[in-house]
Parts: sequence; C-alpha cells; structure tokens
Amino acid sequence: MSAPTRIRAIARAEALVLRRNRWLFVATGIMVVFAVALSLAGSAPTGTLGVDKLTVSVASMTTLAVYLIPLLALLISFDAVAGERDRGALGLILSYPASRAEILLGKAVAHVAALAVACVVGFGVAGGIAVALGGAGPESLMALARLMATSVLLGAAFVALGYLISALAGSSAAAAGLSAALWLVFVVLFDLALLAAVVMDGDGAFTRMAFPWVMTANPADAFRLWNIAGTETVAIAAGMTGAADSLPRWAAPLSLALWPVLGFWLARAAFRRVEP
Amino acid sequence: MTATLTCSGVVKIRSGARVLDGISLSVAEGARVALLGHNGAGKSTLIKAILGLTRLDGGEIAICGHAPGTGPARAAVAYLPEAVAFQGALTGREVLRMLAALSGEGRAETGALLERVGLSKAADRRIATYSKGMRQRLGLAQVLLGRPQLALLDEPTSGLDPVSRHDLYRIIDDLAAHGTAVLIASHALTEVEARTDRIAILRDGRLVADDTLPALARAAGLPIVMRVRADARENADRIAAATGGARVNGTSVEIRCPAEDKMQALHHLSGLGPAVADIDITPPGLEDLYCHYSGDHI
Repeated sequence: MSAPTRIRAIARAEALVLRRNRWLFVATGIMVVFAVALSLAGSAPTGTLGVDKLTVSVASMTTLAVYLIPLLALLISFDAVAGERDRGALGLILSYPASRAEILLGKAVAHVAALAVACVVGFGVAGGIAVALGGAGPESLMALARLMATSVLLGAAFVALGYLISALAGSSAAAAGLSAALWLVFVVLFDLALLAAVVMDGDGAFTRMAFPWVMTANPADAFRLWNIAGTETVAIAAGMTGAADSLPRWAAPLSLALWPVLGFWLARAAFRRVEP
Repeated sequence: MTATLTCSGVVKIRSGARVLDGISLSVAEGARVALLGHNGAGKSTLIKAILGLTRLDGGEIAICGHAPGTGPARAAVAYLPEAVAFQGALTGREVLRMLAALSGEGRAETGALLERVGLSKAADRRIATYSKGMRQRLGLAQVLLGRPQLALLDEPTSGLDPVSRHDLYRIIDDLAAHGTAVLIASHALTEVEARTDRIAILRDGRLVADDTLPALARAAGLPIVMRVRADARENADRIAAATGGARVNGTSVEIRCPAEDKMQALHHLSGLGPAVADIDITPPGLEDLYCHYSGDHI
C-alpha cells in the first residue's frame, strides 16, 4: 500500500482524536473570543488614521496571533512522539510498514488542519463583525485573507517545532516543559533581546544592517512583518512602517515558508534517533 | 522447514554493558517459542532488535531473509508490546482500521478480527472505557492483521484473567497452526510450559538454553521425583530402606532419581508387591528448569 494511504490513515485517526477530546472546539472558541474582543477594543484609532475598521481589526489580530498561534500549535504537537512513547504505542506503530516521516506527516496534516479551522473561523468571525460595524475595502479584505493564510504557516512552523521537542524529550512532561520554554524564547525573549541590542547599539552597524534580518529569522516576527508590510494601511495602523520598509519584500515570506520545512526536517531527524 | 526468524551472534551494547551477548536463535515456520528470563535479561531488547527499533553492535538478524526494519521485514512481522495503551479517545474499531490501512489490509477484515478476539460488542466504544483484558485483546487483534509470518508477543498474558488467557493462547495456537512463527516473551512459566514447542532462556544477555522442555530436562540432569505410598507404616520403612528414598508424612516415600534410572526404580518397586499402594511420578517442571538455567550457579 502506498505512502499517501498510510499518511491519510494516521491523519484521520489524529483528526478524530482532536474532535473527540474537544481540542478543536476549545481552540476555535479561544480564537473567536480573543479575535472578537481585540478587534472591538481596537476600534478607537479608526477616524484619526483614515483607515477602515477591518484594517484596524487585522492589525490587532496580527498582534494577537503572534502570541496565541504558536501557543496553540505547541499545545497540539508537544505530545505527538513523547505521548505515544509513554503509552507504549510507539513501538507498535513503528513495527508497521510506515516510515517515521509518514507518521509525522500524518499527524501534521491533522494538526495543521485543526489550527487552520481555528484561525479561519476565529479571524473570519472577528473580521465579519468589523466589516459589519465599519466597512471594508478590497485592500483590507486582502489583509484579512493574508492574515488567515500566514497564521496557518506560523502554526505549521510551531507544530513542526513541537514535534522536534517531542522527539527530543524523554517524556510527555519534559516535552510540555520544553514547549513552554520554546514559546517564551521565540515569542517573548527573542524580541526583548533584540530590543536590548538595538538600545545598546544606538544607530550603529547592528541596528542598520543585521537587526532587520535577525528579526526576520524568527518565524513569529516574520509573520508580524509580512502582515504589516503587506498592507500599507495596516502598517500605519500598527505604527510599524519603519521596520517593514528596511527589508526586501521577499524576506519575511521566505522565512515563514521555510520554517515549517526546516522544523519538520529537524523533527524527522530527531524522531529517527528515538528508540521506543 | 525454513526458519522464519534467524538471529546469529546478535550483540547489543548499551552504555558499556553487553545487554545482548552473542544471541543465536531461530524460529521456524509454525513454531511457538517461549523466551524466558529475569527482568533485564534482554528479552525486550532482543524483540526490539528483531523489529529493527534498535541498532545492533554485532551479529545479524533475518526475518524471512530480510533485514529488520526494512519494508518486507515490517510487513512480515506483527508485534504486541507489553501493556500497550492505545489512544483512549478512539474506539477499538477505529484503531484497528487505522492499523489495517498502515499494514496494507482492507478495512473489511477488521470486523471479523474484532469478533475473533471477542471484542465485537465493545468495538464502537472508546478504548478509555476498556478493561486491561479488552485492551490486550485489541492488541492481539492487530497482531492478526494481514496474517503475519512472525509474531512477537511481549508478556501477552500479564494482568489477564484465566478466561482471557485461555482465549489468547487459543488464538496463538491458531496462528501457529497457520504457519506463523511465534516468539513469546513471558514470566508465566506454567502457561508457557503447556503452550509452546520450545523454550529459550536468556540470562544476562546470553542464551543459556534453547530446546524442547524434555531435552532441556535431560541436559540439566534434574532428578524426577517419585512419590510412593505404602499400604502400611512398617512397609513404608521397608520401601524407604530398599530404594534409598526418604520417608515423608505417614506412609509415603519420596524417591529422587535421574530420568534414565526411572525404569530401574519402577522394576524395583514392582518387586515389592502389594506393599506399594500407589506411585506418582513428577518429571522436572519448567520452574525447576528455569531456576537451574537462569540461576547463579552456572
């Protein structure tokens, strides 16, 4: 039987698990609640900036997504290898004619699909409310679509990193702890460290030459840059025009597209060394 | 007969210690071999090596001529890990269907398999609600998927009730009767004694015994025990004196002798006429043999 059949079989089972244990329901609910709350709260500056309501909403949701999506992605993925091993099911599944890459791919298909549902529904509902309240143009609708698509890429990157951690960690509990650390580093500490470096460097070589590239290398920042640089009005709304302008347009999309692939490749390499 | 599984000189070193030290073992088509040994003797490591889940530091393993972990080898092998727990959120049928797809079987077979292991009523319930015995039955159902050529069962009966054990061995016998080579790692000596064709004993990573039970008993030279009941107390003393046996409770005499001297002892006893009321003969059991082979004195 072929590899796609095996990948599909694993993906189907994982998708069933996500539905049964209400993960899909809860994650979608969280996305809807936060996205709606943020886009309603961020309604103040509409008039002064001269952009429509949806644009402001997308800018707010971009900031939200940078924190929330890596968190959801790690929550869904950290147990993928370590959990199977703890249960004693990893040896069993590895005795079947499915390669380790196929097993990870099957899980990834289900996990990323679940994140995609949560993102599209969450941002869709919030965006819909923004449109109803304050209108939208082609540009802001495009920004919303971009937000949804890039969120899935960001989610895929962190799902893959979650698998990497899961394969490296000795147990489920260790994987959970490492995921929290990874989230903190990528989403919070990385930016703080960059900020500190820029403050110390002033207007030196690091700030002008290296800083934008280093920032783009982080998938979370690449996600932010892509969404903000993509639409001028969003950049105005987010007050981030400067940072977005100093890089070539392809830099952030390239980083965000490479991370899921790189993460998956690393995860597979780590998974190969796992002895159940 | 062709050997389905051949291990020759298998060595596995883990942090300096030889956990498998030159294991040579073969299991023929349709044979049921018990793999015995203390905890940490290397049983699970050997099974993992056969599955290709751990790299060897020496020697070779072939499953129907294929190296462990390769596609054809994986297709030929079925494995039941010790105390397996499947995703509790899925039903038995869903798990079996997924595994059937992985092994390249159609889903048509899964219903019949669930019936065969006695799970057809619970097939659509979540595994989280299953008892230990039911989970083990599900594990056995996945072993049966696609008629494997080699089945590796790690402690298949641990924690099972007698009825489940009986069912499990009935299915294992059935598998072997259809040509599957079965290797059972176990602690349950009495079950294994009655249900396997050959016994292999691992001790500190070395194979210290690999033969049929009677042959092992002969090689070990363990005595058989005859318990003779005399018709009266004074005759018991006479029998004990004549045979060199030991007097035990009341009118009985216990005689220990090597297996080859058994007939001679019986002739001797029959010469004593009606003084002998009854004779029980107990050959050395697996428990005695296990202690002999896996004990520290060799």
